[in-house]
Amino acid sequence: MTTGAPEIMKRPIIGWGLHDGLVVARRNLIQTIRVPELLFFSLVQPVIFVLLFAYVFGGAIPIPGDDGASAYRQYLMPGIFGQTVAFAAAASTVGLSEDMKRGLIDRFRALPMSSGAVLFGRTVADTLRQVLVLTVLSITGLIVGWRINNGIFNAILAYLLLLLFAYTVAWIGSWIGLKVPNPETASTAGLIWLFPLTFLSNAFVPISSMPGWLQVVAAWNPVSSVVLAARELFGNPTGIPSTAWPMQHAALYTLISCAVLIAIFAPLAIKKYRSTTSR
Amino acid sequence: MKRYGDVVALDGLDLRVSEGTVLGLLGPNGAGKTTAVRVLATLLKPDAGTATVAGHDVLTKPNAVRRSIGLTGQYAAVDEYLTGRENLRMFGGLYHLKPAYVKVRTDELLERFDLTAAANRSLRTYSGGMRRRLDLAASLIAKPPILFLDEPTTGLDPRSRLGLWQVIRDLVAEGTTVLLTTQYLDEADQLANEIVVIDKGRVIAKGTADTLKDQIGGDRIEITIADVAKANAAATALRSVSTGEVSIEDDRLSAPVSGGSTVLVDAIRALDAQDVAVTDLVLRRPTLDDVFLSLTGHTAEEDNSPPPPSRRRGRGQ
Repeated sequence: MTTGAPEIMKRPIIGWGLHDGLVVARRNLIQTIRVPELLFFSLVQPVIFVLLFAYVFGGAIPIPGDDGASAYRQYLMPGIFGQTVAFAAAASTVGLSEDMKRGLIDRFRALPMSSGAVLFGRTVADTLRQVLVLTVLSITGLIVGWRINNGIFNAILAYLLLLLFAYTVAWIGSWIGLKVPNPETASTAGLIWLFPLTFLSNAFVPISSMPGWLQVVAAWNPVSSVVLAARELFGNPTGIPSTAWPMQHAALYTLISCAVLIAIFAPLAIKKYRSTTSR
Repeated sequence: MKRYGDVVALDGLDLRVSEGTVLGLLGPNGAGKTTAVRVLATLLKPDAGTATVAGHDVLTKPNAVRRSIGLTGQYAAVDEYLTGRENLRMFGGLYHLKPAYVKVRTDELLERFDLTAAANRSLRTYSGGMRRRLDLAASLIAKPPILFLDEPTTGLDPRSRLGLWQVIRDLVAEGTTVLLTTQYLDEADQLANEIVVIDKGRVIAKGTADTLKDQIGGDRIEITIADVAKANAAATALRSVSTGEVSIEDDRLSAPVSGGSTVLVDAIRALDAQDVAVTDLVLRRPTLDDVFLSLTGHTAEEDNSPPPPSRRRGRGQ
């Protein structure tokens, strides 16, 4: 061998946890580039949703308080954004489950690295991927008649809220990925909770059209608040506002619910990671 | 001690590996080999007992242990989508090595494991043997003094296996301490300075390959006779050179002997004197398979035990 004793880095300013997390995030992002098929289909699915809802259901769903011709499409796009970033959680679930099956999690756990770094890297990478997804979706939206009506600054805030929400559900998805026994289960378990989560919300239909008890569920669903906040910030129609507190303070409720969910699921996922083994 | 529900996976396992040597941990599936490695590599916490690796307690100083070890498991635990070079750089980064050092070390390892030509290809194009080599290279990026090899050649073709054996021999020659688990008896025979045989989480035998073989008796002479009717005469002849019981099974007879190859000449003379024609005659040294069979009542390949664990006490320096 020509190298001498291993040369250890000085502790970076950002700290080891962040350093290790970025090393893992980089790896997960390289995967995205190496499997363009996966990226392609993860982009196609929300685009199909836009087209289906805009042209198939759109005419049948009236938006209270706004009967303009393109009202539903204006209303729909932030809903699709919210649904799409929520479904990104499934990628975290499946990805971690595959890492576990391949023995990579065992290997990471036997390295002198921070124990949260693998999950941090995973959630960051899965969130960054959503930047691309939101870009493609926004272009699709602009083509079908969606518009940003409230200035670029508010639009950026809307996108940041959506990405925060993506980051939050990525932690929940990570926790599920470490709990399930194999990738086959992960591909089901990672998706199943996302359907009620996104459909019991204001993403596609106004809450006021639902039965009373369901209105309560939908009003307190964080998907509703992130979607409503995005509608407000983009200047899109919101329907008749619900009087529930989260619907009156959509952006604030989104921030609070994301903080609470991360505070619950990040420690749960890290705890599970510390004790998990591939068999 | 490590339990999974009612199953005791490691039960009073006591291991000690001397610096710069290879300890072969041998046992059937479910014997507790992998559990023992997982405890020593800080992946599992034992329910009782202690383990020290490179002087660090696995329970209280797991990060110090992790800095001293390389772990190569039964599956090539490397990233499928990254290239060989990207994989090694990632692990170098996670060991907190300086980027400049990782760069040189990566090239050095790729060269050593004959992966330079494939360095910039995604692992999806690698063969099984190449993945295992890269896996081992990733374990070596920080030059750990201690290496855990958990069934490193399972599923490899004979040529890849021989190649990996040579790499392991070279590492040991450079001073690396190795804990090797395997169900391949010839692998332990080839590589290990000392062998510990475990079953159901307990040590059932330990020693060098030779002492283990001696433990179940020495050489045996085995003959096949041309005419089954002559079996009794052949047995009489063998009894005159044997040190123990002669066993007869149709046209095949075997008997324990001592004295090396000269006993073969004596046996042929005795058989000739009894007028027994022989179609085959060999002097056989016991294999570790024989050792295993005699110790456990089943062969190493029989998969009849429940999942792992146990208590372990180990030391690698």
